[in-house]
Amino acid sequence: MNIIACVKQVPDTEAQIKVKADGSGIEEGQIKWIMNPYDEYGVEEALRLKEKNGGDVTIVSLGPARAMETIRTALAMGADKGVHVCDPALDNADAYVTAAALAAVIKGLPHDIIFCGQRAVDDDSGQVGPILAELLGIPQLTIVTKTEYAANTIKAIRPIEGAQLLIETSLPCVVTAQKGLNEPRYASLPGIMKAKKKPVDVKNAAALGIDTQAKAKVAKFIPPPARAAGKIICGDDPAQKATEVARLLREEAKVI
Amino acid sequence: MAKGVWIIAEQRDGALRKISFELASTARKLADSLGAEVSAILLGSGIEGLAAQLGKYGVDKVYVGDSPVLEPYITEAHAAAAAKIIKENDPAILLLGASVQGKDLAARLAGKLATGLATDCTDVKIADGKLLAIRPLYAGKCFGEIVTSANPQMASLRPNVFPVAENAKAAQVVKFDPAVDAAQIKSKVLEVQKDTSGKVDLTEANVIVSGGRGMKGAEGFPLLEELADVLKGCVGASRAAVDAGWRLQKDQVGQTGKVVSPNLYIACGISGAIQHLAGMSSSKYIVAINKDAEAPIFAKADYGVVDDLFKVVPELTAACKKLLA
Repeated sequence: MNIIACVKQVPDTEAQIKVKADGSGIEEGQIKWIMNPYDEYGVEEALRLKEKNGGDVTIVSLGPARAMETIRTALAMGADKGVHVCDPALDNADAYVTAAALAAVIKGLPHDIIFCGQRAVDDDSGQVGPILAELLGIPQLTIVTKTEYAANTIKAIRPIEGAQLLIETSLPCVVTAQKGLNEPRYASLPGIMKAKKKPVDVKNAAALGIDTQAKAKVAKFIPPPARAAGKIICGDDPAQKATEVARLLREEAKVI
Repeated sequence: MAKGVWIIAEQRDGALRKISFELASTARKLADSLGAEVSAILLGSGIEGLAAQLGKYGVDKVYVGDSPVLEPYITEAHAAAAAKIIKENDPAILLLGASVQGKDLAARLAGKLATGLATDCTDVKIADGKLLAIRPLYAGKCFGEIVTSANPQMASLRPNVFPVAENAKAAQVVKFDPAVDAAQIKSKVLEVQKDTSGKVDLTEANVIVSGGRGMKGAEGFPLLEELADVLKGCVGASRAAVDAGWRLQKDQVGQTGKVVSPNLYIACGISGAIQHLAGMSSSKYIVAINKDAEAPIFAKADYGVVDDLFKVVPELTAACKKLLA
């Protein structure tokens, strides 16, 4: 089986995000970079599929030079090879441009199934998987928590509001991974050593023949609205404090 | 020249979902400031009767694509039908709900229409005749103002954030042929397992009572269920509680779970790790109950109680019950 897993390097979820004074972006100085947690579920699923059915796993990532660390992490987990789309012209790539770049890479590779994270925890847009599926002309299964494979088809569980769907589709397709899909493995030390020798192809926008103009732009980054200081309800008696909270919710906040 | 503000209404099992009215009301406001019309796309099977309800919230025209191939929702079929009617009419703005279905469809459509999409917006307005969409980034650790260079300018709106406003129009119903060939649709819904708890999803709840590490185990959560029942709300959980196996993944609030914006969020035994705060800071009112007076959650709380949650929560349940009796 030819399995692709798309990954993105993002700030650690524990990172504080500080907007630059001119609103042009965020301060990157202090940030620790990690593989997008949802992409990790995708990589893990790709590896399990390979272990069961044979084949190989190719990691595809778009990002600046530092994104190579994330590709190496996926290779250390057990993926076979990587493609790194790296070009300063893509520094402000939106979901459409990102998907177009990934599609251009994947069109040149045999692919039975493509995993993406259901969203990246930086821009939270959740668009790359579906746009990629559209550009490749194949079906998508988004926000998936369970998969089951048969020859040329896949069944997946997809939670929606108040229900779970069991959906079946044909391969090739794009699956976007949700937390719960699996428990990603850690890279082993031998895995890390081996990863250094695995091949990673580096490509720029011109080689892929894609338009680098973003369709949607962040015109301005803004800090979140500050919350006014709250009240601490004082006292020694839990019952009294609870009654006061209930009263405030009813009379002051008017939310109950 | 692209004109008009369009929405894609969301229905399930023959009923419009609340997000559809939020979309209609918001589209009306945008259209009024542009002097434009509001049109809605309604897709499904046997759903023509729902069109008039959209008129109540300011929709001028409802394009109804009614076909068995559009029920239940399948991305490929809905995207193809919506793209067809959109291409024929060239709207300037297109809004969808940032529900699970809406996000799935919006992204596929953005690909099909080769346009820009701002996901999960918390505010939209018109600036210089163009759509300006405001949305959380990094799960709300900061926000971005998004502009889209192509038409339609697309945005999906976070459920429960935009007000529903009545504004009666005699919505004109226009039936169109979705022209979707069932043989071309590769995906199929085999089974729908409904959640029989009768609870709404966290992202649509008005009240959320959430528990964290301080709950000490799954056995602590019935306490929160009771409070949530009294307040007609849902129970959520921090990543710590989910990773410990005390609650299901679908209950997780935070950067790697759900981002929620209820009217009232009651955090019990949650210290307030930044990845949790990111997921709930846009709640209208926040109550924190925690033994540790230094817990970061208190910096976000409107009302804080520094005490043992196992003593405070039952009392709070009793006090609320009394007030609501």
